[in-house]
Formats: sequence, structure tokens, C-alpha cells
Amino acid sequence: MASPTSATLGEAGVAVPVVALIGNPNAGKTSLFNALTGSQQKVANYPGVTVERVSARLQIGSQSVEVVDVPGLYSIRAISVDEEVAYQAIVDHPSDLFVYVADATNLERNLFFFSQIADLQRPTIVAVTMVDALQRAGGTIDLEALEEALGVPVIPVVAHKGQGLDRLVEEIESALRDPKPCPPVGRSPGSPVDLTPEERYKWSSEVRSATITERPSPSTTDRLDAVLTHRVFGLAIFVGLMYLVFQALYTFAGPVMDGIEWTFGKLADAVSPSLEGTPWLQSLVVDGIIGGVGSAVIFLPQILILFFLIAALEGSGYLARAAFLMDRLLGWCGLNGRAFIPLLSSYACAIPGIMAARVMPDARSRLATIMVAPLMSCSARLPVYILLIGAFIEPKYGPGWAGFALFAMHLVGLVVAIPVVLILNKRVLKMKRLPFIMELPRYQWPKWRDVWLTMFLRGKVFLQTAGTIIVVMSVLMWALLYFPRPAGAEERYTAEYGRQTSDFRERVSEETYVQQRQIEESYLGRMGKGIEPVFAPAGFDWRLSTAILSAFPAREVVVSSMGILFSLGAEPDERDMVTAVQNATWPDGRPLLTPWTATGLMVFFALCCQCMSTLATVRRETNSWKWPVVMFLYMTILAYLAAVGIYRLSLLFGG
Amino acid sequence: MKIGELRCGDKAQVTGYCDRSDCVMRLCEMGLTLGTEFQVTKIAPLGDPVELCFRCQKLVVRSAEVSGIDVEKVG
Ligand SMILES: Nc1nc2c(ncn2[C@@H]2O[C@H](COP(=O)(O)OP(=O)(O)OP(=O)(O)O)[C@@H](O)[C@H]2O)c(=O)[nH]1
Ligand SMILES: [Mg+2]
Repeated sequence: MASPTSATLGEAGVAVPVVALIGNPNAGKTSLFNALTGSQQKVANYPGVTVERVSARLQIGSQSVEVVDVPGLYSIRAISVDEEVAYQAIVDHPSDLFVYVADATNLERNLFFFSQIADLQRPTIVAVTMVDALQRAGGTIDLEALEEALGVPVIPVVAHKGQGLDRLVEEIESALRDPKPCPPVGRSPGSPVDLTPEERYKWSSEVRSATITERPSPSTTDRLDAVLTHRVFGLAIFVGLMYLVFQALYTFAGPVMDGIEWTFGKLADAVSPSLEGTPWLQSLVVDGIIGGVGSAVIFLPQILILFFLIAALEGSGYLARAAFLMDRLLGWCGLNGRAFIPLLSSYACAIPGIMAARVMPDARSRLATIMVAPLMSCSARLPVYILLIGAFIEPKYGPGWAGFALFAMHLVGLVVAIPVVLILNKRVLKMKRLPFIMELPRYQWPKWRDVWLTMFLRGKVFLQTAGTIIVVMSVLMWALLYFPRPAGAEERYTAEYGRQTSDFRERVSEETYVQQRQIEESYLGRMGKGIEPVFAPAGFDWRLSTAILSAFPAREVVVSSMGILFSLGAEPDERDMVTAVQNATWPDGRPLLTPWTATGLMVFFALCCQCMSTLATVRRETNSWKWPVVMFLYMTILAYLAAVGIYRLSLLFGG
Repeated sequence: MKIGELRCGDKAQVTGYCDRSDCVMRLCEMGLTLGTEFQVTKIAPLGDPVELCFRCQKLVVRSAEVSGIDVEKVG
């Protein structure tokens, strides 16, 4: 990572000066970093978004400058892992210039940390953010008086509107050319001792009252909070909001999916005739690649909608309120309200969720959060739910219950996480109750640029997965299903078909029978039969077992595996996914999936640890192989037991 | 008096610290210094956590964890 000397070497071997953006959490450092360097780092309206040191280049004329963004700090004394990272970037890896980012709407506290930075007596300039928000609330700021009081250049910026950036860049350039140490503030000349917090705050509150005028009025934030964190309605609104998210997701799903499915169908029809000559190539392209990738890409719209909603919530400032509402519940199982944000991020993807656990104030609660984060239902599980709910729940119970089922599937992981944390807590980690301090930021309209960016980046990641691992796995699955095709086998199967009862021949066409036999005799078919007994107690056949196994590297693969496995052997007019899984049967003609077994399958996917990247991230964050191994085992075993349990229940109740 | 004994809407002042836990130190660094006036603006359904308002910011803390801070009601 960063070198211990301040300057890193540029391409030509010349030293590149380092400029660090530092300040309180949620002050707007990352917004500024993105605006200066054109980066696409995550911005959201709650403290503790950035948990890593990030750097990027800024070109000023002919000079190249390295800009560094770090997690926010409240004081120079770091107490959590993300703060440690920031502390090291500031103190251990000295930079050539600090840009101290100060939030104008919370100047007193922002200047407290500034006074500690000033004591380091290093070159510093100040960027004041949120001036627009201050003015909207009816306040004004006297920047000249502030510059006077701080003794360093002060530049107002509104990063997302690009205001003040030119001046900031100019000041950075001149401060690098002619570095002046920042004078200490708030002390009478000659006093050598470290100031107490009381003395620092006395100074900062004087500076604030000399520079900021505010008309006291009940703010929008207070009015919103009166409802949103209300004793009774608060929680109800929270649950209702989450319910709406999933209901929306389900309602919008259908039409868009149909559109994409139609497109891929047309694509297959267009390509198919030109490959007529080589049947295996035709099958590879149509069934393997187009079918496999198509059945995953179909879910892109849902993933985009989910990220749209999550990003809008993150940008508004509501998440910190949700943490406040959930603290009691989380505290009861030994976690703390802060864990809520990493857990909620895990609904998008466990990896940023696990990283976000760095904001937890101590190693043990952080570990507990990491261990349950992958139980939260990430967006990669969404396709399985939508497919199975659409095939088995909606036709029987209607769209209202389908939306509810989707909501319920997202609760499964959360509910299971509670006992897991309790056990980890009691037996393994022996946690103490941890301090919980959380700042509630001002509500803001989500910055639409950030929302689009999140959707765009996430969509890109999903398509990249579809383009790489899903293509590879699809081709592999297809090949293992297509081969071997010994000469004469087809005639043998046709003859076998002839010997079946007329009743059977009524139900299954000759073509389908031959294809199914071919699949059964393929490499994958034989392998699948080998592992079928393992999943038999859960009521899964060899095709479902194979799909499950294929999804261990990355669970995104599962729908394409199921698509290939089920549609290759389906009647030609039943090749769309939903019909194919609905009509799949056991060899004796019983339906393979019922609402019960479909639920079992969904719960299995909800709990199972099928993501290599998550395990790698856990390994990196915990610095040991022990925790990823424990995670993999406990999740997979739980998933298996849950699926078996549901199947047993279905036998009892005759589902 | 402790923060946990205050009711929603009460205004109070910090009069001293009886322990120096991480939580208390951090609150002090965030502006809840000796003599600071603050208001309890919200108490979550089961009595915890509580929302404190001081120096134009809203912070959420657990009352048990801030028992190291002695306060006195004002106004
Ligand atoms: N109105 C307004 N909002 C801003 C401004 N700068 C940042 N924001 C918003 O403030 C919030 C926090 O911004 P970030 O850039 O993520 O803050 P940060 O300092 O990187 O926060 P951490 O990474 O958590 O330490 C986001 O919702 C931004 O959109 C500004 O100048 N004006
Ligand atoms: Mg940031």
C-alpha cells in the first residue's frame, strides 16, 4: 500500500506529492475526492461510508498529484478499525498537504478535530462543505472571519455541483509550491501542554459564533424525525418500507423479464438456422451460451431496481435512523445498532457489507457482524426467488402473496442470524456489550448522480459475472450434459420409447424422451446421479443437486444451470424457464417441485454459503483461514438441515 | 443524575465524569464536554437508545453506556 515516505514515485520517476482529504465522518470527503479525481467511490449520507484508504491522481497543469481519501475521524484517537486506517494515513504515512474537509452545518465539532490536526503543524488548507445546506436552512457563513481564525486558506466547495473546485485546485497547487505549516489554534502563546477537550471546544464555539449566523427554526429533519423515529410508528414505518421495497421489486419484475426473455428467444431463433449443419455447435450456442447467459441476464432489471432503492435510502440519511430503531433488537443478541448498516448493505452484496463491519468499535462485534453478513439475502439470490416464486407461489396464491413471499425470503437470513450471533456470542466470542454512538445526519434528497452511479456500477459487475463465470460454467455444464453421444444410442432410446406404455407415450413426446435419456447418460447426468442421494432427504433430484453444486463458486450461476438442465430435456414449446421448472417431473411422473419443495430450495439458497469472493473477503478481513472455513461449514450445514426440515414437514402435511 | 434518568424533552448539563470509558471519552470529543447543555430529544421504544441534541448535532447513545457522565437538569 502506501509507502512510508510522503511522496510516491510517478511514471517518470519524479516524486508525486500526496494530498490527503481528512475530516469528520460524513463531512463530504469522498464527494470532494470524486469531484477532484473523477473517481467513483461510494458516497452516502451516514457516517462511516469510507472504510479504506483510497487514492487517485489529479492533474494540475503539468504536475501530477496523488489525492488520498480516508475514513472519517472524530478525533486523533482512533478506536475502531476504520479509524485506525485513517489515523495511519494521517500520522504514519505523512502526506505533503492536508485538505481538511469541514461541514459548515456542524462547525463546532468539525473544528475540534481541526484543532488537533493544527497541533501537528503540517501544511493544511480547509475546504468547507455543505454551505448550500446551511444557506437553505437560512444561515450564513463569514468565510473571511473563518480564514482569520484558522490561520490557513479556507475554500467553500459544493462538490456535486462542481462549485469552488477550481479555487481549491489553485490553493492546493500554491500550498504544494510553498508549504506553510498550519499554526496551532486555541492556545495562548507559549502554553506547552496539550489542550483539554473543554479548551478546544471553547475555542471552536467562539469561532462558530463569530462566523455563522443561523435563524433558529424547526428544521425539516426534526419534522421528519418526529414521524420516522416515533416510538410506535417508527418501527411500523420501517417494516412497511422494507415490505414496499420487495413488493415493488416483484411487481416490476414480470413485464421486464418477459421483454428480455423474448429478446433472447428471438436471438436464439435468429442464430439457430445458420448452425443447422453442425448440431453440436448449434446446441452449444443456443442451449449453452444464449440459454445460460440469457437466463441470468433476465434478472438484471430486478438487480437494478434493488440497487436503486438501496442507494436512494442510503443517500437520504434514513439508514442511521434505522440503526437507532434496531439497536435494541441487535443489542439483545449482543450486537449493536452500528451493525445494522453493514447488515443492510449485505442485502445488496455481502462483500461491501463485510468491509463495512470495520466501523464496529471492537474486534469481537466486528467478527460477529462479519460472520452473519452473508446470511443476509444478497441480490445474487434474487433470481432464484423470482423464478421459483413466479413458478410456484404466484400461480397458486396470487401476486400479493408472491410479493410477501419475496419479503419473507429476505427475512429468513435475518431471523437465522439472531441465534447464530447468540451462540457465537455465548460460546465462541464471549463479547461484552459495546458502546454505541451514532450520529444522525441531516436528511437530504438522494443525489441522483450517486444513485445512478451505484446502479450502473452494480449492473456492470453483474453483467461482467454473466459474461465471464456464467459463460464458462454454462459451456461447461452444456458440454458435460451433451457428451458422450455414442453412435447408435439415439436408436436405442427410440426403441426404448416404443416399449413404454401408451399412457406414458401420451404424456411425453418421443423427442423429449430421447433427450432426457441422453441427458441421464451424459457425464453430468451420471455425476448427478452419484450425488443425488446426498440431497434426496431434501426432495431434490439429480438436476437440482447438480445446479446447487455448480453454484458453489458463485450463486449467480444457479439460474443458468437450472435453465440448461431443465430446458434441454423439456418439450420444445416449454423451454422458457418458468414452464420448464413447473413441468419438471421425477421419472415416475410426479411433479419435481411443489410450493413446498420450491420453498425448501429457496431457503437452501438463502442460507447456503455459495460465493467464493465472500470467503476470500472474510479471509482478508479477519486475517485467518479459520473464520471463512467456519462460515462455509455452518452456513452450508444450516442450509441443508433447513431444506431437509421443510421437505419432512411437507411430507407430514401432505403438501 | 444520569442521562438514563432524564425524560424526553428534558434539558440538562454535564457536571462531571465518574469513569473514562471509550464511550464517555468519545462523547466528550464529540462535544459533550464539562458544562455542555444538551437536550434529550428522543427515547427509543424500550427506553434505549436515547437521542441527545447538543452543539447543533443529533447523537444516539445507550443510556447504560453513558452512565459514567453525571448530569444535572436545567430549566
Ligand atoms: N448539500 C450538500 N451535501 C453534500 C455536500 N458534500 C457532501 N454532501 C453529502 O453529504 C453526504 C456525505 O458525503 P460523503 O462524501 O460520503 O462524506 P464522507 O466524508 O466521505 O463520509 P465518510 O466516508 O462516512 O467519512 C452525502 O450524502 C453527500 O451527498 C455539499 O457540499 N452539500
Ligand atoms: Mg467517505
